[in-house]
Amino acid sequence: MSEALLQVKDLKVAYGGIHAVKGIDLEIGHGELVALIGANGAGKTTTLKTLVGMIKPAGGEILFDGQPTARLASYQYVGRGLVLVPEGRGVFPRLTVAENLLMGAHVRNDKPGIAHDIERVYHLFPRLKERQAQLAGTLSGGEQQMLAIGRAIMSRPKLLLLDEPSMGLAPIIVQKIFEIIRMIAAEGVTMLLVEQNAKLALETANRGYVMESGRITLADSAANLLANEAIQKAYLGE
Amino acid sequence: MNFAFLQTPRGKLITYAILGIVLAVLPWVLTGGFENGKAWVRAVDFALLYIMLALGLNIVVGYAGLLDLGYIAFYAVGAYCYALLNSPHLQAMLPYWAHNPPFLLMLLVAAFTAGVFGLLLGTPVLKLRGDYLAIVTLGFGEIIRIFMNNLDRPINITNGPQGINNIERVHFLGIDFGRPVQWLGLTFDMVHLYYYLILAFCVLIIFVTLRLQHSRIGRAWVALREDEIAANAMGINIRNVKLLAFAMGASFGGVSGALFASFQGFVSPESFVLMESIMVLCMVVLGGMGHIPGVILGAIIVSITPEILRDVINPMQEAAFGKRVLDPENLRMLIFGLAMIAIMLVRPEGLWPSKRRAREFHEHDEEARA
Repeated sequence: MSEALLQVKDLKVAYGGIHAVKGIDLEIGHGELVALIGANGAGKTTTLKTLVGMIKPAGGEILFDGQPTARLASYQYVGRGLVLVPEGRGVFPRLTVAENLLMGAHVRNDKPGIAHDIERVYHLFPRLKERQAQLAGTLSGGEQQMLAIGRAIMSRPKLLLLDEPSMGLAPIIVQKIFEIIRMIAAEGVTMLLVEQNAKLALETANRGYVMESGRITLADSAANLLANEAIQKAYLGE
Repeated sequence: MNFAFLQTPRGKLITYAILGIVLAVLPWVLTGGFENGKAWVRAVDFALLYIMLALGLNIVVGYAGLLDLGYIAFYAVGAYCYALLNSPHLQAMLPYWAHNPPFLLMLLVAAFTAGVFGLLLGTPVLKLRGDYLAIVTLGFGEIIRIFMNNLDRPINITNGPQGINNIERVHFLGIDFGRPVQWLGLTFDMVHLYYYLILAFCVLIIFVTLRLQHSRIGRAWVALREDEIAANAMGINIRNVKLLAFAMGASFGGVSGALFASFQGFVSPESFVLMESIMVLCMVVLGGMGHIPGVILGAIIVSITPEILRDVINPMQEAAFGKRVLDPENLRMLIFGLAMIAIMLVRPEGLWPSKRRAREFHEHDEEARA
């Protein structure tokens, strides 16, 4: 395998004295879709936030595209191609759908490219096109999630981090969101997907990591994890 | 009403042409039509200065969403900048090359100095929002004024409460703006000359703000106003964008202040009290935060109304009662305050808001319809 896009070595994160992440190793290759699953409070969201610089790690090393990220300011990650779609979406509620998408392209300066990508997002999410002049705050939860993903795509990420894209959504909407995640993956965007819905996540991903109280306890191909009895008991409810 | 015609290129051209003609003849109509026409032109000159101030504050408050209650400090910095370099007061101590710098250079110096003061204010308040930001900016405005009031000792720099006198008028394009000029059979008095000068800079500032609004920077300010964390996640450097808003707003104030000092011929700390900051903020809020035409309208209304009260109400009273029953000057703040309360109740988005702001205030109607 050529050099991985993201390499995480012995990453530790602490909130005050509490160790949320206790030394994990992760690797994501170019074009992979990797799932990170685990129970509530396992440290998944903390890991993602640390990867995009919202939290400073207590120890360990993160290499993105072969470069350490430790010295980047938090706003510089987007420019490097490392983008997080946060839990709870974080769209600008009082801006329109189209304006939100433009915000996603803030780090870019190629007008024709941006216009092209907006069309691309509208192609992926016809719903957003219908609502382009509407304020984002008036969208439904599912539509806001679509907008958050679309906005992230607008920055042309090399690695897209998705935090709980299914959270709080009706099952039928969740299916739709995951369909789109597959479509984006098929276009060659590398993704790290954090999900509580382990079954759906593993069915979508190529590989998976299982996280338990701040540690990675299992790492395998998605198919093997789905077949693993312990995983089935703990996360898949079978 | 149908304004669609105004949106066509032809319609726009005609609108601008009409507006241009109206603005060009306005001072002559005023001097010809009123007994004390010169006072009116003077009032219009001040209104134009206030438009510049309001547009500058609009960048900070309207675009970036940072409440600034000490904005007049930058006006003061610009005014003192001009005054110190263009009056005999300090010139004995200054090297000869610093006396009466060329006008455009002078304005750049004023804008730059005010911008530096903007950064000076911006840096310590980077992490503050809302009420806390308002308190600190209010304090900053007062500090600048108190400095100017007291910097006559140990070395006399600002001449303290007496202020600086005998400020040279603008010399620009071979014209001395302090003396009447004969041209085309018309006598351009100082108020007329300054009208055109200030109008030119006003138009320039309107143009710059318009360009800023639709630029990447303008969008970054909007993102900042809406949600700092999300803006950061979009790759926007919050610190720089905030400082830029403070510096940019301040430099507009500086230019306006320099023009003010040269027009007035005299500056003193009294012109830069807290009430002035509040007035400029009222112009922005009343007109419609973040919307250029609205802010201009707000500035005109707030700065011209007292003149109208003085010149219209008094004669009316005298005609009706034979004497002045009430002096509107004393009632000015009362009337103004009541008007502000009424507008905030009836039209909180301002008199002429941007589409966005109007929508924000009627979001719930929209949600109800959706």
